[in-house]
Amino acid sequence: MPITQADIEKVAQLAHLELGEEELKHFGPQIAEIVNYVEQLNEIDTSNVEPAIGGLTPEGERTDGTRDDEVQGSLGQKLALAEAPDAASGHFRVPKVL
Amino acid sequence: MSRQSVEFSVASAERLNETLNAFLQIDRDGALQRADEIEKTGSAGPLSGVPIAVKDNICVKGLQTSCGSKILGDYHPPYNATVIERLNNAGAVIIGKTNCDEFAMGSSNENSAFGPVRNPWDTTRVSGGSSGGSATAVAAGIVPVALGSDTGGSVRQPASLCGVLGLKPTYGRNSRYGLVAFASSLDQIGVFGRQVKDVASVLGVIAGRDPKDATTADVPVPDYLAALTGDLKGMRLGFPRALFGKGLDDEVKRSVESVVDVYRDLGVEIVDVELPNAGYAIAVYYIIATAEASSNLARFDGVRYGFRAEDAPELRQMYRKTRAEGFGAEVKRRIMLGTYVLSAGYYDAYYRKAQQVRTLIKNDFLEAFNHCDAIITPTSPTPAFAIGEKVDDPLSMYLNDIYTVTANLAGVPGISVPCGLSSGRLPIGFQLLGPYWSEATLLKLTHGYEQVRPFTERPPISAS
Repeated sequence: MPITQADIEKVAQLAHLELGEEELKHFGPQIAEIVNYVEQLNEIDTSNVEPAIGGLTPEGERTDGTRDDEVQGSLGQKLALAEAPDAASGHFRVPKVL
Repeated sequence: MSRQSVEFSVASAERLNETLNAFLQIDRDGALQRADEIEKTGSAGPLSGVPIAVKDNICVKGLQTSCGSKILGDYHPPYNATVIERLNNAGAVIIGKTNCDEFAMGSSNENSAFGPVRNPWDTTRVSGGSSGGSATAVAAGIVPVALGSDTGGSVRQPASLCGVLGLKPTYGRNSRYGLVAFASSLDQIGVFGRQVKDVASVLGVIAGRDPKDATTADVPVPDYLAALTGDLKGMRLGFPRALFGKGLDDEVKRSVESVVDVYRDLGVEIVDVELPNAGYAIAVYYIIATAEASSNLARFDGVRYGFRAEDAPELRQMYRKTRAEGFGAEVKRRIMLGTYVLSAGYYDAYYRKAQQVRTLIKNDFLEAFNHCDAIITPTSPTPAFAIGEKVDDPLSMYLNDIYTVTANLAGVPGISVPCGLSSGRLPIGFQLLGPYWSEATLLKLTHGYEQVRPFTERPPISAS
């Protein structure tokens, strides 16, 4: 199915990427070429094949990933905010939402 | 002793960085201080005083983690990755953070926001990627070992292009806690080294279950050094003849075929195997990896850490501008592709289909390993290509990973081993792939080969 400029613009919007005219023009044909390439998978009959969910080995699947529900130490407010571009009064500050 | 080797590594990293661009940060003071401490206390860990370089997508407390991206910039993580905790406990000394393709997306290191790494064998050529800085640091003799991450070949391919060993362990063999996620069902931390015993030692330290990474498996960690016996008699090596055809450089082909002869002479039985769906691996990989990346990279929004764009008075606009200014072209391309294949109406056609073919690829390997202990292939279809050569042709760049992505899709371990130089004096590597948890077997086979055909050549840009 051919990919249009409108598709690319919609995808950019979904991905929260503000792309310029030049970038949109550049990415469009490249993404179309890659999608065209991956469509070779349609040659294969997979009607009776289970999808591989995740990359786990049988041993990995058997491993119990749960842990006891115990309170453990955490980073704390100061460290958690230390790398924020805009922290104020113990919070992450963001531009207005509405 | 440790002070001396750490001082040598730090000084070499500093001296060669202008030429190679392998490091994004060199921690002279921290590394020397730690070396002194180790010397004073006489720590007896298995890696006591060993200098090591770490890819800049693995969190080391006190150092930056940029992932080769402007969007993280000089982000300083407040915690250590589990592999770093384990290295520290074993006495290793981290000397710095190495350059990489942005968020580990690339096969040439040209996607780093901080410029490409240069290949120490020929500085007009790529180091490979995405862990190019770590591969180069080891190849140039700056450090004996380094860590990288391998999502589709990002340890093995640069190892091959730089002439060093590069091991990607089984999915679940070691913890990714503190590794910045790219494609979570494929990512694995791997090890570079010049000598197989060094790779074995580091793997032994970092491997094992970690409650902080639910995908690590509860499987005992063997003594990898004990596997290096040199006796390969009676082992069986699978030869997938069909993979030695179209698209493979002639010199690489001959070189890897000569390795098969060496193994035969060592008493290894060579058996024909088939991986009938291997040709679909790149297509499967670029659906799954981009889908997972588009989801993992949603967290970079300019709120909790890293870069935030200015002049964006509204929240959504801030997200869009931050991501537009913070991410490079390849990362944007992959996020877009991943968003496209996951978008409404396309999920079954692309993502589900890819996961089904992934099952077929996995089954191919399981079947092949009924007949052999490991499979041999080239690591990369060509030696290192020129910087700039493929930069605007993403599909041709992706096809570089043809021999490596299958291991990530199937979850099996793989190692790239140097086996000679091309007529242009560029390294060539072969790859061994094994069943789940067969790292000891791969290291044993590597060691057996190294015993009779050691790779002793050194690049023109070198620390010593």
